[in-house]
Amino acid sequence: MDLVKLNIDGRDVEVPAGASVLNAAETIGIHIPRLCYDPCLSSVGACRICVVEIDGIRNLPASCVTTVTQGMVVRTDTPAVAEARKAILELLIANHPLDCLTCEKMGECKLVEYCYQYGVSESPFQGERHAYDLELNNPFIVRDLNKCILCGKCVRACAEWPGKDILDFSYRGFNTKVTAFGDTSYIESDCVFCGSCVAVCPTGALTEKQMRGKGRRWDVKKVRTTCPFCGTGCNFDLNVKDGKVIGVTSSPDAIPNGRVLCVKGRFGWDFVNSDKRLKTPLIKKNGKFEEASWDEAFDLIATRFQEIKEKYGPDSFGALGSARCTNEDNYLVQKFTRAVMGTNNVDHCARTCHAPTVAGLAISFGSGAMTNPICDVDDAELLFLTGTNTTEAHPIIGYRIRQAHRRGAKLIVVDPRRTELAEEADYWLQIKSGTDIGLINGLSHIIIKENLHDKKFIEERCENFEEFEKTVAQYTPERVSELTGVPVDTLYTVARLYATTDKAGIFYTLGITEHTTGTRNVMSCANLAMLTGHLGRPSVGVNPMRGQNNVQGACDMGAIPNVYQGYQAVNNPAAREKFEKAWGVPLDNKVGLMIPDMFDKANEGKLKAMYILGENPVLTDPNSNHIRKGLEKLEFLVVHELFMTETAEYADVVLPAASFVECDGTFTNTERRVQRVREAVEPLPGKANWETICEMVTRMGYPMNYQNPGEIWAEMASLAPSYAGINFERLEQRGGLQWPCPSCDHPGTPFLHAQSFTRGKGLFQGIEDVPPAELPDRDYPFLLNTGRILQHYNVTTMYSAGLMTLRNEEYAMVSPEDALELNLNTGDRIKVLSRRGEVETKIQITERVPKGMIWMSFHFPNTQTNAVTSDAVDTIAKTGEYKVCAVKIEKLAS
Amino acid sequence: MPQELRIVLRNVDKIDALKIDDYIDANGYKPLEKARSMPQADLIQEIRQSGLRGRGGAGFNTGQKLAFTYSAAGDQKYIVCNADEGEPGTYKDRVIMQSDPHAVIEGMAICGYAVGATKGYIYCRGEYPYVAEILNAAIAQAKEKDVLGEFDVEVCLGAGAFVCGEETALIESIEGKRGEPRCKPPYPPVSGLWGKPTVVANVETLANLPQIVDRGSGWFAAIGAAGYPGTKVLTLTGDVVNRKYIEVPTNTTIKEVIYEFGGGIAGGRKFQAVQIGGNSGGIIPESLLGTQIAFDAMAAVGATLGSGAVFVMDETRDLRDVVCRMAKFFEHESCGKCIPCREGTMRMFDLCEKVGQGKGTAADLALLQEIGETMAVACFCGLGQAAPTPVLTAIKHFDLLAGKGCA
Ligand SMILES: Cc1cc2nc3c(=O)[nH]c(=O)nc-3n(C[C@H](O)[C@H](O)[C@H](O)COP(=O)(O)O)c2cc1C
Ligand code: SF4
Ligand code: SF4
Ligand code: SF4
Ligand code: FES
Repeated sequence: MDLVKLNIDGRDVEVPAGASVLNAAETIGIHIPRLCYDPCLSSVGACRICVVEIDGIRNLPASCVTTVTQGMVVRTDTPAVAEARKAILELLIANHPLDCLTCEKMGECKLVEYCYQYGVSESPFQGERHAYDLELNNPFIVRDLNKCILCGKCVRACAEWPGKDILDFSYRGFNTKVTAFGDTSYIESDCVFCGSCVAVCPTGALTEKQMRGKGRRWDVKKVRTTCPFCGTGCNFDLNVKDGKVIGVTSSPDAIPNGRVLCVKGRFGWDFVNSDKRLKTPLIKKNGKFEEASWDEAFDLIATRFQEIKEKYGPDSFGALGSARCTNEDNYLVQKFTRAVMGTNNVDHCARTCHAPTVAGLAISFGSGAMTNPICDVDDAELLFLTGTNTTEAHPIIGYRIRQAHRRGAKLIVVDPRRTELAEEADYWLQIKSGTDIGLINGLSHIIIKENLHDKKFIEERCENFEEFEKTVAQYTPERVSELTGVPVDTLYTVARLYATTDKAGIFYTLGITEHTTGTRNVMSCANLAMLTGHLGRPSVGVNPMRGQNNVQGACDMGAIPNVYQGYQAVNNPAAREKFEKAWGVPLDNKVGLMIPDMFDKANEGKLKAMYILGENPVLTDPNSNHIRKGLEKLEFLVVHELFMTETAEYADVVLPAASFVECDGTFTNTERRVQRVREAVEPLPGKANWETICEMVTRMGYPMNYQNPGEIWAEMASLAPSYAGINFERLEQRGGLQWPCPSCDHPGTPFLHAQSFTRGKGLFQGIEDVPPAELPDRDYPFLLNTGRILQHYNVTTMYSAGLMTLRNEEYAMVSPEDALELNLNTGDRIKVLSRRGEVETKIQITERVPKGMIWMSFHFPNTQTNAVTSDAVDTIAKTGEYKVCAVKIEKLAS
Repeated sequence: MPQELRIVLRNVDKIDALKIDDYIDANGYKPLEKARSMPQADLIQEIRQSGLRGRGGAGFNTGQKLAFTYSAAGDQKYIVCNADEGEPGTYKDRVIMQSDPHAVIEGMAICGYAVGATKGYIYCRGEYPYVAEILNAAIAQAKEKDVLGEFDVEVCLGAGAFVCGEETALIESIEGKRGEPRCKPPYPPVSGLWGKPTVVANVETLANLPQIVDRGSGWFAAIGAAGYPGTKVLTLTGDVVNRKYIEVPTNTTIKEVIYEFGGGIAGGRKFQAVQIGGNSGGIIPESLLGTQIAFDAMAAVGATLGSGAVFVMDETRDLRDVVCRMAKFFEHESCGKCIPCREGTMRMFDLCEKVGQGKGTAADLALLQEIGETMAVACFCGLGQAAPTPVLTAIKHFDLLAGKGCA
């Protein structure tokens, strides 16, 4: 890199060519005031507070937009500079309500900081001031434009981070104002309440509503932690005052999100303070819950679990870990199930989402996780998205994809729905639901026919190519076009583009996995990437974006029936022996039950007792009536939960859980990044979840005496080579560590399969197209597709007052054509019926769904969508086919 | 008695602007042919040696500008004619375009050949739709006659904001964005329209080019003031006997302009002040009337040549009214992007109004001076930097607190 030498305030400095004078000064510890400059945004040079003197330049140039040149002589603090800065500040405060005494930003306000520095206490200018109304009509952001200095950072943050382009300047001169399109308020705009604008605002113009009046910035303790919602694993700071969380703020050094968060992460945390939180153990007596002491609860649990184990055998017990709880909690749950209850019947809700990923990628590559890190999106030249509504389900990854596309990366989106990114894509392949295998076989067919496959990669790194080749030979473009609905020439273009672009990555989520062919869909994606050698390098790969904060971790920790932590198989004698020795008990060698089997067995009366940590299968699992019946039949059920959920209602004992702000531990995000979760406030029920589990298990005669989650992790990692190098001390570093990390001097692994696949050679498989289990017919003419919406998450968000203000009921999506035929208007109520159940909902008319498709989320207790979804499951991973079932619709009187 | 010298106005009243044949008969489009027979570098060198400097106000050497664009890498380059003519009291570009549109188009085509640009835009002031019509007609004729070769010209109509005359705001405006200036560098010759190398030049600058190519750089360099050779079109307004436009060599003095060409002060009254260059120009007292209307000479006395508007004020004018009106203009025209201009123009206007009402104090003048001086050095673009000029020069040369109230 070329270096440029210059002189700043009498000191020589050398900086890379292209650096700004402001940045050059920073390298020698000279802080030039700035209002509109932000290192993470483009520079516009608008506020002029950063002016400096430069020899040979007549004016005072703005240092943030002045590039260094060889031999430049800069002075940052001359009388002329000070005079100009002072004048600018005087001008600013002439039009600023100086109500600093009550201003929320006090303590972090840049205007105050610089006025203090330059001794500006009042303005010599009198006259007009702005008198805008305070904007209070949304639950999260308070806008006081009287305090806006028009630095434009919010405008740039909105455009350059989420890419929503909501804000802009309107009017001119003194009347200039930053507002949403058409001078509207946030709530009237398409704002997604990511809060990026609030995060960058240097003054009190934009503040977090939830934090108003809750504490001065200097009295607030900031505790860095990891988001409890989706699997992106954003980091942020819990703002704590007097032992209570009062808000969330973001920080530029957070990986992978910087200062961007989504509405859930930034504003949805308030569920932890909900007055519906459970605080004491509850024991059901005569059909009614009564408060109980911990001792009573533990005694009852210990007695009943032991009785049932003795009477019906170990396999009459099943446990669910939780994709929302820490790695340490999940480790304890599986250890408890295996070592104490003596069964491998432990699973968690990955079953309902990415179990096909874990299974499928393990078969193809040998390890079932995202091959590449999130940051690889930034440098990708092509992004192939299939079955992912990324900007809603993984907003921060979605935004990075959007920005990469805006910088020139090609974007291909495969989705039956017109999602935001489908709209923006270079190619949107609107396939018919459930034809993913056909599509990928078709693309592979073209790639082979045109000789665009990576023969060297296939030859050296993979096996079984012939079988695959033979299968896809049958998938001619014409046949595939007929099957998927994608035009033949689009198939050609996309196939060529993907095959010939060097840095091309595949990204998917549940649109791939939640099918009866889920595991095979996943392996198809793996085939495509292997065919073109798009693996084992930066910015390529097969990248499943995991749904929940710690679903990766819960799988990694062995809260699944076939493996211990680190994917060590329970039926591998060597592994079992190791764990028997470590845990000091004999262990069962047969693979345990997956969730759907557990509920089948419960319905059959063979599963008698369950412990469920932080999961709500009644709401989230398909065919909920079947789940309810199973729970009813159990002899003894313990639910360890934050709230009295639909599932907890069935419990005999409910243990109150601690929320993510009340626990130490770790979450592992979708890119295998292990990150710290930190206790910011005392656990509401008095015990962190790991403590509760330890005490419960100890009561059953198996002592668990850990002092803290760090010790739990240490034990876990000592038994799993891929984590051996990770410990709580190392996790203090920025961004945590990505497994595999086999030793303490190992830096972690950003991308997998660099030299060889985890299983050795990548396994090609010939996979045939199979239609979904239930397709629309004469009686049930509509296809129901389901998923997540931006504002909500599988659980807990229902208890966030703010999020519920934004969205508190289901609006099933109906296409304009169908709405016309059924005489429906947005807001009308309908009944959706399937062969399994029925549910009522409001509707919205939208072109996002094609004719013949209804789309619903599963978030709202009043509309329990999973009463109608299919009970057909993936044959390998037993994940439900949430994405396709047949329904009919009846209009209801409003 | 000094004489006008008409270079850019040479065809006024001599040809029919809407007849390309007239223009061709008057030696039109021959210079373009000649330019195209020269190697690009030689052509640029010729223009550079003529000493022609921008007539839009900034006075940058035009050949130098072409050289930058010529050597900048870019698959596509552009020539943009700045016909926004936003300075009140200025209408020279309008006269040129109305009377001799082909001279401008030919000038653009010469630049296009010189730097390797095949597309040109004329950004025409929004208040001049009839000029745009003339330009469009001329372009159509030129295409029909096939005199432009592969060079294509398009007319865009401005949106009425003064700041859009600033070259980077103008580019933003052509790109369909909010008309706000961009950070410089990069300058347009390196990265301009759609990020491509772009020559932005004033109408008058461009209209000079065919003549320079035709008659040679030596001929042009010998005319007028040495550092700023050639002629300047001036528009005379205010309290002068002849309110008209003239084209004179750049070594003509202000005094000659007012008294020889303007016929002196109307109604036999006494001269008080003159402002040159539109609202952004300085207010000049009698003592400086010997100054030449050349870029550097004007700058040396703290004034500007600017667009070449000459606004003469007799003894009956209240200068407070004058500066107040100008302050109001800038308050209205500030785009609002940068703080010193957005807030400063507004506060300056406030203070000027107070002074205009006879309520001003020495402290107010001091405040005006303080804020004006900051704006002059700290504003983002030329608009804000020039905005305080009338006030600052009025304070410097006159007793602003004396006189009648602001109407
Ligand atoms: C506020 C402002 C307004 C301007 N308006 C004009 C204008 O109307 N016409 C023009 O030619 N140049 C105008 N300029 C100057 C242009 O930015 C630019 O310097 C000029 O177009 C370059 O052409 P030239 O080199 O031929 O003068 C303006 C500059 C500023 C700062
Ligand atoms: S909250 Fe996010 S989307 Fe909304 S205006 Fe701010 S930055 Fe844009
Ligand atoms: S709202 Fe805040 S960030 Fe946006 S322009 Fe105003 S002061 Fe800057
Ligand atoms: S000086 Fe600043 S506010 Fe004024 S017009 Fe230029 S950029 Fe806009
Ligand atoms: S920080 Fe440089 S102009 Fe605002």
